[in-house]
Amino acid sequence: MESRSRLTTLLAPPALWLFLLFILPLGIMAVFSFRAGSFGAEREQFTLENYQQFFANRSYLNLLGQSVVIAFQTALITVVLSYPLAYFLSFRGGASRVTLLTILIVPAWTSFLLRIFAWKLILGSGGILNTALLSLNVIEEASPLLIYSRAAVIVTLVYVWIPFATLPIFAALERVDRRLLEAAADLGCAPWQVFLRVTLPLTLPGVIAAFFFVFIPTLGEWVTPALVGGAQGVMYGNLIQDQFVRALNWPLGAVMSLVLMALVLIFIVIFNRFIRVSDLAGA
Amino acid sequence: MRAPSIFSFGFAYYLLLALFLYLPIVLLIIFSFNDSTLLVFPFKGFTLKWYQSLSNARELLDAVRNSILVGLFSSFVAVIFGTMAALAIARFNFPGRSFFLAISSLPLVIPYVVLGVAMLLLFAQVGVELSLFTVAAAHTVINIPYVMLIVAARLAGFEQNLEEAAMDLGATYWGMLMRVTLPISAPALIAAFLSSFTTSFDEFALAFFLTGTDNTLPVYLYSQLRFPNRLPLVVTLAAIIMLVSVILIVFSEWLRRVGTKDVPRTS
Repeated sequence: MESRSRLTTLLAPPALWLFLLFILPLGIMAVFSFRAGSFGAEREQFTLENYQQFFANRSYLNLLGQSVVIAFQTALITVVLSYPLAYFLSFRGGASRVTLLTILIVPAWTSFLLRIFAWKLILGSGGILNTALLSLNVIEEASPLLIYSRAAVIVTLVYVWIPFATLPIFAALERVDRRLLEAAADLGCAPWQVFLRVTLPLTLPGVIAAFFFVFIPTLGEWVTPALVGGAQGVMYGNLIQDQFVRALNWPLGAVMSLVLMALVLIFIVIFNRFIRVSDLAGA
Repeated sequence: MRAPSIFSFGFAYYLLLALFLYLPIVLLIIFSFNDSTLLVFPFKGFTLKWYQSLSNARELLDAVRNSILVGLFSSFVAVIFGTMAALAIARFNFPGRSFFLAISSLPLVIPYVVLGVAMLLLFAQVGVELSLFTVAAAHTVINIPYVMLIVAARLAGFEQNLEEAAMDLGATYWGMLMRVTLPISAPALIAAFLSSFTTSFDEFALAFFLTGTDNTLPVYLYSQLRFPNRLPLVVTLAAIIMLVSVILIVFSEWLRRVGTKDVPRTS
């Protein structure tokens, strides 16, 4: 009984806090998705029109589909680039491997907005890449195509995510029992066979976790496309943002957010078997 | 383990990716010394004028102060609630425990745009005016799960005999928490606080929807990115912030390592 009251004292405040500021907002968003308007009398009327409007307009769902593709490509490229990095650190990094890893993570925790903005300085028409290509006579005049494209969004996002993806893969590699690798080699496996049959399968959960931790947040990304994407690189998140900032169509924005939430929850259920949330906190 | 060989394919790859990760930061720092209002190549010359004019940039400094306030407030609340939740999860077995863990970890994976607009609708619905407090409230929601996981890892790491001993010797449960459990968890608590603070200080996607008339630094920076002549100042401030955050991060990483290493053992 005593233990019960201790638990209640410890659990009730954070649970209430999260309920009021996390669960309740999502519930209110669900209510808003049925409202006829953002303000005034319209707000008091309830309707299904927002849902009809959303599903009738193919461009919304198309953009969602394209955002899934962008998130998939970003996550795939990030994981493919991060795996060799984590492998090198874990297997060849020696005593300094944690230091080498920290060096990679440090830039990731400095201003997100300005690091993304810096890519404009690299990809923009007066940027480093155009300047270099011009001086090497590869191109005749500065190309504006390097920025404001879907490729620019993916490059920038990959840049943002590599340190975060490297962590869970590194953690998985660190957990691999090195004696298994020796055993496989003793039993006649070539190094590439050891990798394909032992190391990779053992670290697959970490790889999937890394993929997931890139894929999910990228799905709702709007800041990066807004800065480097231009018209070609627009994502679904920009659509939602637009409903709240310019169009001021909150009910439609609520529908869009709920659809994204539902999609994310579906992916979470799919990935759930492979994920250890604690990997994300590096704990 | 042998030392890493410097001249290997793996190390070359590491250097290449490190270069990729540092390139934008190095560029920003270089441009903070560039004697031109345009952030394009080639460089016009070396100057310290941007650093000198920083002290006159009222709005910018206000935004920095606002972000520090929001960061301190939200991290403080997140550490308190996150630690309580961590204690509940690590020390008690209760029905709905895994459900609570799942729900409270959900802010880690939910797209911020959804969380941001949902909270905007909440505040509109209950008639709370947007301010630095609404931003800070949102930041507690994303920071509580981090604090919870970091502290719970620390709590799982040390043996509960110490706690039992304290209570056998006459400490109350709450006295034991205050005098045994929390002091032993102190490195994790500090690391959690610092990581919450850096997250909040840099957070834009939520703050964008939830700030009132007072801007946090990222919101202010975003508004400035459209005005090319203000950029050198922004970039200069960024260079300084990067330096400070690097120091904070290295310190908090070091603490966390200490925090997970020297866990007292009774056996």
